[in-house]
Amino acid sequence: MKISYYPGCTLKNNAKNFEDSALCSLKQLEVETEELDRWNCCGTVFSLATDDLIHHVAPIRNLIRVKETNTNRVMTLCAMCFNTLKRANERVKSDPESLDKINEFMYREQVKYEGDVKVLHLLELLRDEIKFENIAKKVVKPLKNLKIANYYGCLLVRPKEIGLDDVENPTVLENLMTALGADPIDFPYKTECCASYQTVDKPENVADRTYQILTSAQSQGAELVSLSCPLCAFNLDHRQKETVKKYPEFKNMPILYFTQLMALALGCPEEDLRLDLHYIDPKPILRKKGLL
Amino acid sequence: MRINISKRKIKDPFVAKVEELSGQNLLACYQCGKCSAGCPAVSEMDILPNQIIRYAQLGFKDELMRSKSIWICASCFTCNARCPKGINIAEVIEAIRQILLRKRKDHLKVEKLSDADKGDVPPIAIISSMRKFTS
Repeated sequence: MKISYYPGCTLKNNAKNFEDSALCSLKQLEVETEELDRWNCCGTVFSLATDDLIHHVAPIRNLIRVKETNTNRVMTLCAMCFNTLKRANERVKSDPESLDKINEFMYREQVKYEGDVKVLHLLELLRDEIKFENIAKKVVKPLKNLKIANYYGCLLVRPKEIGLDDVENPTVLENLMTALGADPIDFPYKTECCASYQTVDKPENVADRTYQILTSAQSQGAELVSLSCPLCAFNLDHRQKETVKKYPEFKNMPILYFTQLMALALGCPEEDLRLDLHYIDPKPILRKKGLL
Repeated sequence: MRINISKRKIKDPFVAKVEELSGQNLLACYQCGKCSAGCPAVSEMDILPNQIIRYAQLGFKDELMRSKSIWICASCFTCNARCPKGINIAEVIEAIRQILLRKRKDHLKVEKLSDADKGDVPPIAIISSMRKFTS
């Protein structure tokens, strides 16, 4: 299988651990990824104001890049890119007048966008096409006795028109972790917002959320958290520094991308996990479980 | 708290503008409060999401435009997912932010962020906060 891949900005910076581990896992699963040429930032948030068309230009331009590769689908990893690309796509598909205006604005593009590209998240590809039972067969290092809280945040599941799983009780990450041999645990904060971009000017608000989300996961016995959004990852991992300052009894907890755990189980080399990019070091718990 | 409701306020162009920018019918709301019950940010808000809708219906423009809440909402869409009347509350809050931002009233002063603030914050955080909080 071959698929076009849209990385987005953060996967090339802070979330290199997300990208490297995902690409290695896909290689182990015999999926060939082709990164788009000349991709641009998706804008990170879908524009909510009805009259604001200009902010849909960036995501739609990326979908033109997909068409230029003679394919009609594209895979993303970042939850924000997934949400923005998919929502902008649905927006223009349901409103031909807006699509015409956006195409006219981009009159220098060789290809016209016609709403004909499908935006997929890696989790959908794994669940619906590769299938978890086939992934389980390729596991060389089962994540035995590892209790994992799976955190979805907002943008993988909301709004429900574009979400990749149940809006209130998604289970795709838990099912994947089960296939990898881990013990996923359930906790009530798995779709709670981490306060997102408030991290720039109100890190103290993020510390409150991080405290709530992680103590809830810990109370259910979780040893680490797996997730799929680089902004959630920053807030839940790096903002633990502010969380401890505000709540001295708070106990630190490692945060990993689901792809790092998958790469580990599928036998990818340790350098593809980029475990050096974490604020809370995940190596001790992985070593304790005999995984490193 | 004493509040004055008036025809003049209800007919203020602000109400129509909020409806237009959000694409929502404000009068569909029957104040069940599910949006505020599920909102993860209410503890930091001065006007709760269901109250935002009520204030918008009644044209309480000044109260909404100086509220803290509109800058606390991070568009997580939990309210939208749970509204039994199908109102997109996050879009209503976006409309109020937009009315201010389109007058060049930025909430985030990017130039005042220190290197320590920006630190190792990922690009998606910087870009999305600028998209949401600056004109």
